[in-house]
Amino acid sequence: MVELVIFALMGAVALAGAIGVVRARNPVYGAMGLMATLFALAVFYVVHLAHFVAVVQVIVYAGAVITLFLFVIMFVGVDRAEDLTEKLAVQRPVALIVLVGVVVAAGALVVTGNFDWVITSGEPQVVTGTIEEIGENLISVGPPSGREASRWLLPFEATSLLLIVAAVGAIALAFYRPRRKDEASGRRDAGPGSGSGP
Amino acid sequence: MDWIDLGLVALRVVVIFGLLQVVTILLIWFERKVVADMQNRVGPDRAGPFGILQTVADGVKLFFKEQVTPRKVELGLYLAAPMLAAVPAFLMFMVVPFGRPVRINLGGEDRLIPIQGADLNIGLLYVLAMSSVAVYAVVLAGWSSGSKYPLLGGVRATAQAISYEAAMGLSLVPVVLFTGSLQLSEIVTAQSGSLTFFDRAIALPAWNVIVLAPSFLIFFIAAVAETNRAPFDLVEAEQEIVGGFHTEYSGLRFALFFLAEYINIFTMSGLAVTLFLGGWAGPTWDGSVPLLVSAVLPTVWFFLKVVVFLFIFVWLRATLPRLRYDQLMTLGWKRLIPASLVWLFFIGGAMAVRQFGLPWG
Repeated sequence: MVELVIFALMGAVALAGAIGVVRARNPVYGAMGLMATLFALAVFYVVHLAHFVAVVQVIVYAGAVITLFLFVIMFVGVDRAEDLTEKLAVQRPVALIVLVGVVVAAGALVVTGNFDWVITSGEPQVVTGTIEEIGENLISVGPPSGREASRWLLPFEATSLLLIVAAVGAIALAFYRPRRKDEASGRRDAGPGSGSGP
Repeated sequence: MDWIDLGLVALRVVVIFGLLQVVTILLIWFERKVVADMQNRVGPDRAGPFGILQTVADGVKLFFKEQVTPRKVELGLYLAAPMLAAVPAFLMFMVVPFGRPVRINLGGEDRLIPIQGADLNIGLLYVLAMSSVAVYAVVLAGWSSGSKYPLLGGVRATAQAISYEAAMGLSLVPVVLFTGSLQLSEIVTAQSGSLTFFDRAIALPAWNVIVLAPSFLIFFIAAVAETNRAPFDLVEAEQEIVGGFHTEYSGLRFALFFLAEYINIFTMSGLAVTLFLGGWAGPTWDGSVPLLVSAVLPTVWFFLKVVVFLFIFVWLRATLPRLRYDQLMTLGWKRLIPASLVWLFFIGGAMAVRQFGLPWG
Protein backbone atom coordinates (compact mmCIF):
# COMPACT_ATOMS: atom_id res chain seq x y z
CA MET A 1 0.00 0.00 0.00
CA VAL A 2 2.77 2.39 1.00
CA GLU A 3 4.62 1.29 -2.11
CA LEU A 4 1.64 2.13 -4.28
CA VAL A 5 1.27 5.61 -2.77
CA ILE A 6 4.97 6.34 -3.25
CA PHE A 7 4.76 5.01 -6.79
CA ALA A 8 1.84 7.28 -7.62
CA LEU A 9 3.47 10.35 -6.09
CA MET A 10 6.91 9.81 -7.52
CA GLY A 11 5.51 8.68 -10.85
CA ALA A 12 3.70 12.01 -11.07
CA VAL A 13 6.93 13.83 -10.20
CA ALA A 14 8.88 11.85 -12.78
CA LEU A 15 6.30 12.53 -15.49
CA ALA A 16 6.05 16.22 -14.61
CA GLY A 17 9.82 16.50 -14.71
CA ALA A 18 10.00 14.71 -18.04
CA ILE A 19 7.37 16.97 -19.54
CA GLY A 20 9.23 19.93 -18.10
CA VAL A 21 12.42 18.86 -19.87
CA VAL A 22 10.81 19.10 -23.30
CA ARG A 23 8.34 21.90 -22.56
CA ALA A 24 10.49 24.39 -20.65
CA ARG A 25 11.46 27.40 -22.73
CA ASN A 26 14.46 28.00 -20.54
CA PRO A 27 17.18 25.33 -20.60
CA VAL A 28 17.95 25.79 -16.89
CA TYR A 29 14.37 24.84 -16.03
CA GLY A 30 14.71 21.92 -18.43
CA ALA A 31 17.76 20.72 -16.53
CA MET A 32 15.83 21.08 -13.27
CA GLY A 33 13.01 18.97 -14.71
CA LEU A 34 15.50 16.29 -15.66
CA MET A 35 16.85 16.35 -12.13
CA ALA A 36 13.36 15.92 -10.69
CA THR A 37 12.84 12.87 -12.91
CA LEU A 38 16.17 11.38 -11.90
CA PHE A 39 15.41 11.91 -8.22
CA ALA A 40 12.03 10.24 -8.63
CA LEU A 41 13.80 7.27 -10.22
CA ALA A 42 16.17 7.15 -7.25
CA VAL A 43 13.15 6.96 -4.95
CA PHE A 44 11.82 4.05 -7.01
CA TYR A 45 15.11 2.25 -6.47
CA VAL A 46 14.85 2.85 -2.73
CA VAL A 47 11.33 1.41 -2.73
CA HIS A 48 12.74 -1.68 -4.44
CA LEU A 49 15.37 -1.88 -1.65
CA ALA A 50 18.15 -1.16 -4.13
CA HIS A 51 19.78 1.52 -1.99
CA PHE A 52 23.10 1.28 -3.69
CA VAL A 53 21.66 1.88 -7.14
CA ALA A 54 19.61 4.78 -5.79
CA VAL A 55 22.60 6.52 -4.27
CA VAL A 56 24.75 5.92 -7.33
CA GLN A 57 21.92 7.36 -9.42
CA VAL A 58 21.96 10.53 -7.32
CA ILE A 59 25.75 10.82 -7.30
CA VAL A 60 26.26 10.22 -11.01
CA TYR A 61 23.22 11.85 -12.60
CA ALA A 62 21.99 14.47 -10.15
CA GLY A 63 25.45 15.15 -8.80
CA ALA A 64 27.73 15.11 -11.79
CA VAL A 65 25.80 15.07 -15.07
CA ILE A 66 23.26 17.80 -14.35
CA THR A 67 25.88 19.96 -12.67
CA LEU A 68 27.85 19.71 -15.89
CA PHE A 69 24.73 20.57 -17.90
CA LEU A 70 24.21 23.69 -15.81
CA PHE A 71 27.85 24.61 -16.12
CA VAL A 72 27.66 24.37 -19.92
CA ILE A 73 24.36 26.28 -20.04
CA MET A 74 25.83 29.10 -17.97
CA PHE A 75 29.09 29.19 -19.85
CA VAL A 76 27.67 29.07 -23.36
CA GLY A 77 25.02 31.54 -22.33
CA VAL A 78 22.02 29.83 -23.93
CA ASP A 79 19.94 30.56 -20.87
CA ARG A 80 17.47 32.55 -22.94
CA ALA A 81 13.93 31.51 -23.70
CA GLU A 82 13.84 29.23 -26.72
CA ASP A 83 11.63 29.77 -29.72
CA LEU A 84 9.30 26.79 -29.74
CA THR A 85 7.91 27.27 -33.23
CA GLU A 86 7.65 23.94 -34.99
CA LYS A 87 9.92 23.73 -38.02
CA LEU A 88 9.91 20.02 -38.75
CA ALA A 89 8.27 18.89 -41.95
CA VAL A 90 6.79 15.40 -41.63
CA GLN A 91 7.89 14.17 -38.21
CA ARG A 92 4.77 15.14 -36.30
CA PRO A 93 2.21 13.27 -38.47
CA VAL A 94 4.53 10.27 -38.66
CA ALA A 95 4.89 10.25 -34.90
CA LEU A 96 1.11 10.39 -34.55
CA ILE A 97 0.72 7.39 -36.87
CA VAL A 98 3.35 5.42 -34.95
CA LEU A 99 1.68 6.35 -31.66
CA VAL A 100 -1.71 5.14 -32.89
CA GLY A 101 -0.08 1.94 -34.10
CA VAL A 102 1.56 1.30 -30.75
CA VAL A 103 -1.67 1.96 -28.88
CA VAL A 104 -3.59 -0.38 -31.18
CA ALA A 105 -0.96 -3.09 -30.83
CA ALA A 106 -0.87 -2.76 -27.04
CA GLY A 107 -4.67 -2.79 -26.90
CA ALA A 108 -4.74 -5.92 -29.02
CA LEU A 109 -2.28 -7.57 -26.66
CA VAL A 110 -4.38 -6.71 -23.62
CA VAL A 111 -7.66 -7.73 -25.27
CA THR A 112 -6.33 -11.09 -26.45
CA GLY A 113 -4.94 -11.75 -23.00
CA ASN A 114 -1.32 -12.09 -24.04
CA PHE A 115 -0.22 -9.37 -21.65
CA ASP A 116 0.12 -9.48 -17.92
CA TRP A 117 0.97 -6.55 -15.72
CA VAL A 118 4.07 -7.45 -13.79
CA ILE A 119 2.74 -7.37 -10.28
CA THR A 120 4.64 -8.69 -7.34
CA SER A 121 2.68 -9.62 -4.32
CA GLY A 122 3.63 -9.17 -0.71
CA GLU A 123 6.69 -7.52 0.76
CA PRO A 124 9.61 -6.74 -1.51
CA GLN A 125 12.59 -8.92 -0.77
CA VAL A 126 16.29 -8.60 -1.34
CA VAL A 127 17.74 -11.20 -3.69
CA THR A 128 21.47 -11.45 -3.41
CA GLY A 129 23.54 -12.87 -6.19
CA THR A 130 26.62 -12.33 -8.25
CA ILE A 131 26.84 -9.71 -10.96
CA GLU A 132 27.11 -12.57 -13.45
CA GLU A 133 23.69 -13.87 -12.38
CA ILE A 134 22.18 -10.41 -12.75
CA GLY A 135 23.51 -10.20 -16.29
CA GLU A 136 22.26 -13.68 -17.16
CA ASN A 137 18.82 -12.97 -15.79
CA LEU A 138 18.70 -9.73 -17.70
CA ILE A 139 19.64 -10.74 -21.20
CA SER A 140 19.73 -14.52 -21.56
CA VAL A 141 17.15 -15.87 -23.99
CA GLY A 142 17.99 -19.51 -23.74
CA PRO A 143 16.25 -21.77 -21.28
CA PRO A 144 18.47 -22.05 -18.21
CA SER A 145 15.25 -21.43 -16.33
CA GLY A 146 12.65 -21.36 -19.06
CA ARG A 147 10.45 -18.47 -20.10
CA GLU A 148 11.23 -16.43 -17.01
CA ALA A 149 14.75 -15.78 -18.14
CA SER A 150 13.84 -14.06 -21.37
CA ARG A 151 11.39 -11.68 -19.81
CA TRP A 152 13.69 -8.67 -19.58
CA LEU A 153 15.49 -8.90 -22.90
CA LEU A 154 12.86 -7.06 -24.94
CA PRO A 155 12.47 -4.10 -22.56
CA PHE A 156 16.24 -3.90 -22.32
CA GLU A 157 16.68 -3.70 -26.07
CA ALA A 158 13.73 -1.36 -26.46
CA THR A 159 15.38 1.04 -24.01
CA SER A 160 18.57 1.10 -26.04
CA LEU A 161 16.51 1.78 -29.16
CA LEU A 162 14.82 4.65 -27.32
CA LEU A 163 18.20 6.14 -26.44
CA ILE A 164 19.28 6.07 -30.09
CA VAL A 165 16.01 7.68 -31.14
CA ALA A 166 16.56 10.42 -28.57
CA ALA A 167 20.12 11.06 -29.77
CA VAL A 168 19.06 11.19 -33.43
CA GLY A 169 16.15 13.45 -32.52
CA ALA A 170 18.46 15.86 -30.71
CA ILE A 171 20.73 16.05 -33.74
CA ALA A 172 17.77 16.54 -36.06
CA LEU A 173 16.38 19.37 -33.95
CA ALA A 174 19.76 21.04 -33.73
CA PHE A 175 20.59 20.86 -37.44
CA TYR A 176 17.38 21.24 -39.41
CA ARG A 177 16.62 24.76 -38.34
CA PRO A 178 16.32 27.21 -41.21
CA ARG A 179 17.73 30.62 -40.47
CA ARG A 180 15.17 33.35 -40.11
CA LYS A 181 15.55 37.05 -39.70
CA ASP A 182 13.36 37.34 -36.63
CA GLU A 183 14.97 34.43 -34.84
CA ALA A 184 17.25 36.55 -32.72
CA SER A 185 14.39 38.59 -31.33
CA GLY A 186 13.08 35.54 -29.44
CA ARG A 187 9.44 35.55 -30.51
CA ARG A 188 7.03 33.79 -28.21
CA ASP A 189 3.82 33.94 -30.22
CA ALA A 190 3.29 30.47 -31.66
CA GLY A 191 2.70 27.57 -29.35
CA PRO A 192 3.83 24.06 -30.22
CA GLY A 193 1.79 22.33 -32.87
CA SER A 194 0.49 25.48 -34.48
CA GLY A 195 3.32 25.73 -36.98
CA SER A 196 3.46 23.49 -40.03
CA GLY A 197 6.98 23.73 -41.33
CA PRO A 198 8.74 26.60 -42.97
CA MET B 1 8.51 -2.04 12.98
CA ASP B 2 5.83 -1.00 15.41
CA TRP B 3 4.77 2.43 16.57
CA ILE B 4 7.56 2.65 19.16
CA ASP B 5 10.15 2.19 16.43
CA LEU B 6 8.45 4.81 14.33
CA GLY B 7 8.39 7.15 17.31
CA LEU B 8 12.09 6.57 17.92
CA VAL B 9 12.92 7.37 14.30
CA ALA B 10 10.87 10.57 14.48
CA LEU B 11 12.50 11.48 17.79
CA ARG B 12 15.99 11.02 16.37
CA VAL B 13 15.18 13.18 13.36
CA VAL B 14 13.76 15.95 15.55
CA VAL B 15 16.70 15.78 17.97
CA ILE B 16 19.23 16.06 15.15
CA PHE B 17 17.26 18.91 13.58
CA GLY B 18 17.41 20.83 16.84
CA LEU B 19 21.00 19.86 17.53
CA LEU B 20 22.19 21.21 14.21
CA GLN B 21 20.56 24.56 14.81
CA VAL B 22 21.99 24.89 18.30
CA VAL B 23 25.39 23.88 16.97
CA THR B 24 25.12 26.53 14.26
CA ILE B 25 24.33 29.23 16.79
CA LEU B 26 27.29 28.24 18.93
CA LEU B 27 29.60 27.75 15.97
CA ILE B 28 29.06 31.24 14.56
CA TRP B 29 29.74 32.72 17.99
CA PHE B 30 32.80 30.46 18.37
CA GLU B 31 34.15 31.55 15.01
CA ARG B 32 33.71 35.24 15.74
CA LYS B 33 35.34 34.90 19.13
CA VAL B 34 38.32 32.89 17.87
CA VAL B 35 38.90 35.15 14.87
CA ALA B 36 38.66 38.16 17.15
CA ASP B 37 41.25 36.68 19.47
CA MET B 38 43.57 35.96 16.57
CA GLN B 39 43.21 39.51 15.32
CA ASN B 40 43.68 40.99 18.78
CA ARG B 41 40.09 42.23 19.07
CA VAL B 42 37.41 41.56 21.64
CA GLY B 43 34.68 40.22 19.39
CA PRO B 44 31.02 40.01 20.36
CA ASP B 45 30.64 40.60 24.08
CA ARG B 46 27.32 42.39 24.61
CA ALA B 47 24.54 39.80 24.29
CA GLY B 48 24.67 37.35 27.16
CA PRO B 49 27.79 36.11 28.95
CA PHE B 50 30.82 36.34 26.61
CA GLY B 51 28.45 37.47 23.87
CA ILE B 52 27.18 33.93 23.45
CA LEU B 53 23.69 35.13 22.49
CA GLN B 54 25.01 37.33 19.68
CA THR B 55 23.98 34.82 17.01
CA VAL B 56 20.49 34.55 18.44
CA ALA B 57 20.18 38.32 18.25
CA ASP B 58 21.47 38.30 14.66
CA GLY B 59 19.04 35.53 13.77
CA VAL B 60 16.10 37.46 15.16
CA LYS B 61 17.27 40.55 13.28
CA LEU B 62 17.47 38.61 9.99
CA PHE B 63 14.06 37.13 10.66
CA PHE B 64 12.40 40.54 10.80
CA LYS B 65 14.33 42.14 7.96
CA GLU B 66 12.74 42.84 4.63
CA GLN B 67 13.32 40.15 2.02
CA VAL B 68 14.26 42.20 -1.00
CA THR B 69 13.43 40.57 -4.33
CA PRO B 70 15.26 42.22 -7.22
CA ARG B 71 13.27 42.81 -10.40
CA LYS B 72 15.36 40.69 -12.78
CA VAL B 73 15.37 37.43 -10.81
CA GLU B 74 14.00 34.11 -12.08
CA LEU B 75 11.50 33.94 -9.26
CA GLY B 76 10.91 30.18 -8.98
CA LEU B 77 14.52 29.14 -8.71
CA TYR B 78 15.44 32.27 -6.76
CA LEU B 79 13.03 31.23 -4.02
CA ALA B 80 13.95 27.55 -4.20
CA ALA B 81 17.72 28.01 -3.95
CA PRO B 82 17.93 28.80 -0.19
CA MET B 83 15.82 25.74 0.58
CA LEU B 84 17.99 23.63 -1.70
CA ALA B 85 20.93 24.80 0.40
CA ALA B 86 19.41 24.02 3.77
CA VAL B 87 17.78 20.64 3.05
CA PRO B 88 20.90 18.66 1.99
CA ALA B 89 22.84 20.23 4.85
CA PHE B 90 20.34 18.83 7.34
CA LEU B 91 20.08 15.49 5.53
CA MET B 92 23.81 14.94 5.37
CA PHE B 93 24.30 14.78 9.12
CA MET B 94 21.59 12.14 9.44
CA VAL B 95 24.00 9.25 8.87
CA VAL B 96 26.83 10.45 11.12
CA PRO B 97 26.92 8.40 14.35
CA PHE B 98 27.61 10.72 17.28
CA GLY B 99 27.32 8.27 20.16
CA ARG B 100 27.52 4.59 21.05
CA PRO B 101 24.28 2.70 20.38
CA VAL B 102 22.33 2.33 23.62
CA ARG B 103 20.20 -0.62 24.65
CA ILE B 104 16.95 0.44 26.31
CA ASN B 105 13.98 -1.62 27.39
CA LEU B 106 10.95 -0.04 25.75
CA GLY B 107 7.50 -1.54 25.40
CA GLY B 108 8.57 -4.86 26.86
CA GLU B 109 11.54 -5.61 24.63
CA ASP B 110 15.18 -4.58 24.47
CA ARG B 111 15.87 -2.19 21.66
CA LEU B 112 19.28 -1.19 20.35
CA ILE B 113 19.01 2.49 19.53
CA PRO B 114 21.76 3.90 17.33
CA ILE B 115 22.70 7.48 18.21
CA GLN B 116 22.43 8.69 14.62
CA GLY B 117 19.61 9.53 12.25
CA ALA B 118 19.75 6.39 10.16
CA ASP B 119 22.35 3.64 10.03
CA LEU B 120 22.42 3.17 6.25
CA ASN B 121 24.59 0.39 4.89
CA ILE B 122 25.71 2.77 2.15
CA GLY B 123 26.18 5.71 4.51
CA LEU B 124 29.39 6.97 2.94
CA LEU B 125 27.91 7.03 -0.56
CA TYR B 126 24.85 8.80 0.82
CA VAL B 127 27.08 11.51 2.22
CA LEU B 128 28.77 11.94 -1.15
CA ALA B 129 25.39 12.09 -2.89
CA MET B 130 24.10 14.76 -0.53
CA SER B 131 27.25 16.84 -0.81
CA SER B 132 26.96 16.72 -4.60
CA VAL B 133 23.33 17.83 -4.41
CA ALA B 134 24.28 20.72 -2.14
CA VAL B 135 26.13 22.49 -4.94
CA TYR B 136 22.86 23.15 -6.79
CA ALA B 137 21.86 25.75 -4.26
CA VAL B 138 24.90 27.87 -5.01
CA VAL B 139 24.69 27.38 -8.77
CA LEU B 140 20.97 28.13 -9.00
CA ALA B 141 21.17 31.05 -6.59
CA GLY B 142 23.93 32.53 -8.71
CA TRP B 143 22.10 32.03 -11.95
CA SER B 144 18.59 33.01 -10.87
CA SER B 145 19.67 36.28 -9.27
CA GLY B 146 19.89 37.84 -12.73
CA SER B 147 23.00 39.81 -11.86
CA LYS B 148 26.58 39.37 -12.96
CA TYR B 149 28.41 38.93 -9.67
CA PRO B 150 26.21 36.09 -8.45
CA LEU B 151 26.50 34.44 -11.86
CA LEU B 152 30.29 34.52 -11.63
CA GLY B 153 30.03 33.02 -8.16
CA GLY B 154 27.74 30.29 -9.46
CA VAL B 155 30.06 29.33 -12.30
CA ARG B 156 33.01 29.27 -9.92
CA ALA B 157 31.04 27.07 -7.52
CA THR B 158 30.27 24.52 -10.23
CA ALA B 159 33.88 24.17 -11.33
CA GLN B 160 35.13 24.02 -7.76
CA ALA B 161 32.58 21.43 -6.69
CA ILE B 162 33.29 19.14 -9.63
CA SER B 163 37.06 19.35 -9.08
CA TYR B 164 37.09 18.76 -5.38
CA GLU B 165 34.33 16.16 -5.27
CA ALA B 166 36.57 13.89 -7.33
CA ALA B 167 39.46 14.34 -4.92
CA MET B 168 37.21 13.79 -1.94
CA GLY B 169 35.67 10.61 -3.36
CA LEU B 170 39.09 9.20 -4.21
CA SER B 171 40.44 10.00 -0.75
CA LEU B 172 37.60 8.03 0.82
CA VAL B 173 38.17 4.84 -1.18
CA PRO B 174 41.20 3.77 0.93
CA VAL B 175 39.03 4.08 4.05
CA VAL B 176 36.44 1.78 2.49
CA LEU B 177 39.14 -0.65 1.36
CA PHE B 178 40.75 -0.63 4.78
CA THR B 179 37.61 -1.13 6.86
CA GLY B 180 35.67 -3.11 4.28
CA SER B 181 32.41 -1.27 4.81
CA LEU B 182 30.47 1.75 3.62
CA GLN B 183 28.45 1.83 6.82
CA LEU B 184 29.59 4.66 9.07
CA SER B 185 28.82 2.80 12.30
CA GLU B 186 30.99 -0.11 11.17
CA ILE B 187 33.78 2.25 10.17
CA VAL B 188 33.68 3.60 13.72
CA THR B 189 33.73 0.19 15.40
CA ALA B 190 36.58 -0.88 13.14
CA GLN B 191 38.64 1.94 14.67
CA SER B 192 38.05 1.02 18.31
CA GLY B 193 40.80 -0.53 20.41
CA SER B 194 44.54 -0.26 19.94
CA LEU B 195 46.53 -0.22 16.77
CA THR B 196 48.13 -3.55 15.93
CA PHE B 197 51.45 -3.68 14.15
CA PHE B 198 52.38 -7.18 12.96
CA ASP B 199 49.87 -8.68 15.41
CA ARG B 200 51.26 -6.73 18.34
CA ALA B 201 49.20 -4.03 20.01
CA ILE B 202 51.01 -0.73 20.37
CA ALA B 203 50.02 2.22 22.52
CA LEU B 204 48.13 4.11 19.82
CA PRO B 205 44.42 4.12 19.03
CA ALA B 206 43.44 2.20 15.90
CA TRP B 207 42.35 5.37 14.16
CA ASN B 208 42.46 5.52 10.41
CA VAL B 209 44.29 8.83 10.55
CA ILE B 210 47.45 7.02 11.62
CA VAL B 211 47.43 4.40 8.88
CA LEU B 212 45.79 6.50 6.19
CA ALA B 213 47.31 9.91 6.91
CA PRO B 214 47.56 10.99 3.23
CA SER B 215 43.88 10.16 2.71
CA PHE B 216 43.01 12.22 5.74
CA LEU B 217 44.97 15.21 4.48
CA ILE B 218 43.37 15.09 1.04
CA PHE B 219 39.92 14.59 2.52
CA PHE B 220 40.28 17.55 4.83
CA ILE B 221 41.51 19.89 2.10
CA ALA B 222 38.65 18.77 -0.14
CA ALA B 223 36.20 19.20 2.73
CA VAL B 224 37.30 22.80 3.24
CA ALA B 225 36.84 23.37 -0.50
CA GLU B 226 33.43 21.66 -0.52
CA THR B 227 32.16 23.92 2.24
CA ASN B 228 33.44 26.99 0.34
CA ARG B 229 35.44 28.16 3.31
CA ALA B 230 38.59 30.24 3.27
CA PRO B 231 41.08 29.78 1.66
CA PHE B 232 38.71 28.27 -0.93
CA ASP B 233 35.94 30.86 -0.66
CA LEU B 234 36.21 32.07 -4.25
CA VAL B 235 32.51 31.45 -4.54
CA GLU B 236 31.81 34.38 -2.23
CA ALA B 237 35.03 36.42 -2.47
CA GLU B 238 33.79 39.74 -1.10
CA GLN B 239 36.68 41.72 -2.57
CA GLU B 240 36.16 40.48 -6.13
CA ILE B 241 32.52 39.58 -6.69
CA VAL B 242 30.78 41.40 -3.82
CA GLY B 243 29.29 38.36 -2.10
CA GLY B 244 29.06 35.85 -4.90
CA PHE B 245 25.93 33.75 -5.08
CA HIS B 246 24.18 35.39 -2.12
CA THR B 247 24.66 39.01 -3.20
CA GLU B 248 20.98 39.46 -4.04
CA TYR B 249 19.62 37.64 -1.01
CA SER B 250 18.52 39.30 2.19
CA GLY B 251 16.61 38.55 5.36
CA LEU B 252 15.57 34.99 6.05
CA ARG B 253 16.64 33.72 2.64
CA PHE B 254 20.19 34.83 3.32
CA ALA B 255 19.95 33.31 6.79
CA LEU B 256 19.19 29.92 5.23
CA PHE B 257 22.40 30.06 3.18
CA PHE B 258 24.30 31.07 6.28
CA LEU B 259 22.75 28.24 8.28
CA ALA B 260 23.59 25.71 5.56
CA GLU B 261 27.21 26.82 5.42
CA TYR B 262 27.76 26.35 9.14
CA ILE B 263 25.88 23.05 9.26
CA ASN B 264 28.11 21.84 6.43
CA ILE B 265 31.21 22.81 8.38
CA PHE B 266 29.93 20.87 11.37
CA THR B 267 28.98 17.85 9.24
CA MET B 268 32.34 17.78 7.49
CA SER B 269 34.10 17.95 10.85
CA GLY B 270 31.88 15.15 12.11
CA LEU B 271 32.68 13.09 9.03
CA ALA B 272 36.41 13.65 9.43
CA VAL B 273 36.13 12.48 13.02
CA THR B 274 33.99 9.49 12.07
CA LEU B 275 36.15 8.33 9.19
CA PHE B 276 39.61 9.06 10.51
CA LEU B 277 39.58 9.77 14.25
CA GLY B 278 37.52 6.90 15.55
CA GLY B 279 34.20 8.72 15.79
CA TRP B 280 32.74 8.28 19.25
CA ALA B 281 35.33 5.69 20.22
CA GLY B 282 37.17 6.48 23.43
CA PRO B 283 37.52 5.27 27.00
CA THR B 284 34.14 4.79 28.67
CA TRP B 285 35.20 2.87 31.83
CA ASP B 286 32.22 0.57 31.59
CA GLY B 287 31.27 -0.83 35.00
CA SER B 288 33.42 1.45 37.14
CA VAL B 289 31.36 4.59 36.53
CA PRO B 290 27.57 5.03 36.64
CA LEU B 291 25.73 3.59 33.65
CA LEU B 292 24.51 6.96 32.47
CA VAL B 293 28.03 8.40 32.42
CA SER B 294 29.45 5.58 30.35
CA ALA B 295 26.50 5.90 27.96
CA VAL B 296 27.03 9.63 27.45
CA LEU B 297 30.85 9.61 27.35
CA PRO B 298 31.12 8.47 23.68
CA THR B 299 29.03 11.46 22.63
CA VAL B 300 31.32 13.70 24.68
CA TRP B 301 34.39 12.25 22.94
CA PHE B 302 32.76 12.78 19.56
CA PHE B 303 32.00 16.42 20.22
CA LEU B 304 35.45 17.10 21.70
CA LYS B 305 37.07 15.73 18.56
CA VAL B 306 34.70 17.73 16.39
CA VAL B 307 35.56 20.96 18.23
CA VAL B 308 39.21 20.42 17.30
CA PHE B 309 38.22 20.37 13.64
CA LEU B 310 35.93 23.35 13.99
CA PHE B 311 38.84 25.25 15.48
CA ILE B 312 41.02 24.28 12.51
CA PHE B 313 38.32 25.50 10.11
CA VAL B 314 38.25 28.88 11.90
CA TRP B 315 42.02 28.97 12.17
CA LEU B 316 42.40 28.47 8.42
CA ARG B 317 39.94 31.27 7.78
CA ALA B 318 41.74 33.66 10.10
CA THR B 319 45.24 33.04 8.78
CA LEU B 320 45.28 31.98 5.12
CA PRO B 321 44.80 34.29 2.12
CA ARG B 322 42.38 33.25 -0.60
CA LEU B 323 43.69 31.17 -3.48
CA ARG B 324 43.65 32.52 -7.01
CA TYR B 325 41.32 30.70 -9.37
CA ASP B 326 44.11 29.01 -11.34
CA GLN B 327 45.82 28.01 -8.10
CA LEU B 328 42.57 26.42 -6.97
CA MET B 329 42.31 24.37 -10.15
CA THR B 330 46.01 23.46 -10.06
CA LEU B 331 45.73 22.25 -6.49
CA GLY B 332 42.64 20.20 -7.28
CA TRP B 333 43.54 18.57 -10.56
CA LYS B 334 47.34 18.49 -10.57
CA ARG B 335 48.07 17.85 -6.91
CA LEU B 336 45.20 16.31 -4.96
CA ILE B 337 43.73 13.95 -7.56
CA PRO B 338 47.08 12.46 -8.68
CA ALA B 339 48.22 12.20 -5.07
CA SER B 340 45.04 10.41 -4.05
CA LEU B 341 45.30 8.07 -7.06
CA VAL B 342 48.90 7.12 -6.21
CA TRP B 343 47.95 6.57 -2.59
CA LEU B 344 44.95 4.51 -3.66
CA PHE B 345 47.18 2.26 -5.78
CA PHE B 346 49.55 1.85 -2.86
CA ILE B 347 46.78 0.96 -0.41
CA GLY B 348 45.19 -1.39 -2.95
CA GLY B 349 48.51 -3.18 -3.36
CA ALA B 350 49.01 -3.38 0.38
CA MET B 351 45.53 -4.80 0.89
CA ALA B 352 46.13 -7.36 -1.86
CA VAL B 353 49.39 -8.43 -0.25
CA ARG B 354 47.66 -8.70 3.10
CA GLN B 355 44.93 -10.92 1.64
CA PHE B 356 46.82 -13.05 -0.89
CA GLY B 357 50.43 -12.80 0.27
CA LEU B 358 53.36 -11.58 -1.77
CA PRO B 359 53.18 -12.47 -5.47
CA TRP B 360 56.51 -14.30 -5.26
CA GLY B 361 55.85 -15.74 -1.82
